[in-house]
Amino acid sequence: MSLVVDIIISGVISGSIYALLAIGFSLIFGVARIVNIAHTAFYMVAAYCIYAITNYLGWPVVPAMFIAVIFSVILGMVTYKLLLNPIREHEGAVLIATIAIAMIFEQIMSLIFTGTFLSVPKLVEGFFAVLGVKIFYQQLLTLCAALAIMLVLLLFLFKTKFGLAIRSTAQDREVANLMGINESYVAMITMGISVGLAAVTGAIVVPLTILEPHMWNPPLIMMMAVVVLGGLGSLKGSFVGAFILGFAEAFVVFVFPMGAFFKGSVALSIMILVLIIRPEGLFGVYFEEER
Amino acid sequence: MKLILFYLRKLFAVVKNEVIVLPSRVAVIFFFLFILLLPFFTDDIYILRIFTLASIFAIFAASWDLLSGFTGQMNFGHALFFGVGAYSAALLNLHLQIPPWGSIPLGALVGVAAGLIIGIPSLRLKKTYLALTTLAFPIILLGLVFTFPGFTGGELGISGIDKLAPTRVQEYYIIAVLMLGLCTIMWAITDSNTGIIFHAIREDEIAVRASGVNTTRYKLMAFCLSGFFAGIAGGLYAHFMRIAGPSTLEVSLSFQVVIWAIFGGAATIYGPIAAVFFLYPLVEFMHVLKDYRILMFAFIVLLVLLFMPDGLFRWLRDRVEEECPRCKVRNIATRKICRVCTAQLH
Repeated sequence: MSLVVDIIISGVISGSIYALLAIGFSLIFGVARIVNIAHTAFYMVAAYCIYAITNYLGWPVVPAMFIAVIFSVILGMVTYKLLLNPIREHEGAVLIATIAIAMIFEQIMSLIFTGTFLSVPKLVEGFFAVLGVKIFYQQLLTLCAALAIMLVLLLFLFKTKFGLAIRSTAQDREVANLMGINESYVAMITMGISVGLAAVTGAIVVPLTILEPHMWNPPLIMMMAVVVLGGLGSLKGSFVGAFILGFAEAFVVFVFPMGAFFKGSVALSIMILVLIIRPEGLFGVYFEEER
Repeated sequence: MKLILFYLRKLFAVVKNEVIVLPSRVAVIFFFLFILLLPFFTDDIYILRIFTLASIFAIFAASWDLLSGFTGQMNFGHALFFGVGAYSAALLNLHLQIPPWGSIPLGALVGVAAGLIIGIPSLRLKKTYLALTTLAFPIILLGLVFTFPGFTGGELGISGIDKLAPTRVQEYYIIAVLMLGLCTIMWAITDSNTGIIFHAIREDEIAVRASGVNTTRYKLMAFCLSGFFAGIAGGLYAHFMRIAGPSTLEVSLSFQVVIWAIFGGAATIYGPIAAVFFLYPLVEFMHVLKDYRILMFAFIVLLVLLFMPDGLFRWLRDRVEEECPRCKVRNIATRKICRVCTAQLH
């Protein structure tokens, strides 16, 4: 029975984290058609920022989180404006530009903080037990924060005018432009939101995980798998896909010995199986092909 | 005797009229000479090693270009072919004692099979979906490698494989000549009718299908060919390094090959090869910068792309050569009239 609780807790937490990352990735892909490999690199930058502010400046964790998120958003928008916007018409070039950006962040982080494993103190200490399984308050906090942020994002996208602009640009860039939406401005703001989501994810995950310069790699792959599984550009799809893969990972880790080695393989195999049956993902929006 | 003289004269004519007139072709000749004559100028093991590895990666990058650059089937998991080639060559060599000249082609055939397996989902998936799906395959295989360490060596990989040849210079020649040969074959493939169909599939698949071409067959063919060449590169790598480890399947290698190919100019074949021979030694010789070298590498890639988004070598070629607007023959940029049809240039 405790196994089931373990799986549920771990699955819900990793699912909500993947969902946050995947929604951000999906947003910028939908609006600007950028496959942003550096997405999780921003998540890493935010996590390291929090570490630096709490450790070197001695600030408490909560304001550090706010500053880290703001810093990452500005960094993301500047990167977009300077490095990605000029070459947006060249798909391949944008792609490796984002890979190069991710590499640069990784290298800068390992130069500043060296490759050692670092950690940030928990926001809240303590735990309670359900059927003999320890559940830390920090885990609950992370979960609640993730769900709250998703709710805010949904309200923003579906209830505000700017949200409408983002959704319409994602649906059809040219027509949105013709309707008087400043498409490149929308793209830049969306980049900011997308990076902001990655940074927020980094901020709420940081007490649960270990900081190291390669920490952007594993979530990147899972995030991409989630996005593809759920269907590119579909928020609902990203949400559902994230929980499917999160639970699959948790199940494999807790049920099989050696599970930690092939949890990724199982999750990715599920993705491939789904795609073979439904090539546009679970809730895929079929983008009008730009010819 | 007369026949030989005839062919000699023909060769001379071709060189004079078709090769010397274009800087890019002269550059290719110089590249061949450089590769073949390098050991005469230096017997520094370190330099030979760098160029041997660059040759292996040049095959690898060109095979990515053959698939993704030409047919537009973005493959983010190209390390799969490399890793499959390396691991199967290593296993065949270690357990069945097959010498390198047998294990490398067999490894390449396993690469072809991997190409078929990846190719089948690609028939239904489009663009970004395909790119992100292919990314998954090497990671799945990597998971299997770590799960069965008894057979695959786990984290340490398979070591104790036969050397390719007794000395480093011999190894260099085997790999360099293979590289020149295989890349020429890849160039010939892309320059043939098949290559034109590959181009067309990237530009507009529906139109190609409407013209009565079985695009499914051609896409699978591209995957298999690419798997074959990348498999050879993987096998050579395993026998040269004498180890087939998990690094051959890593995401970073898949990304690396994309960087090489797009940096040099996708859908050209020569672009990725030139990019590897430019970037790989550059990164190696930057070891004086110590920790900063990958940072510098990323900055160089980023800056070059910012100004030449079509790739460095394609940009260079467009600077020194110009296409005749009437007969589409390439001319050196200094000419005023086309060398074939005498049409006014620019």
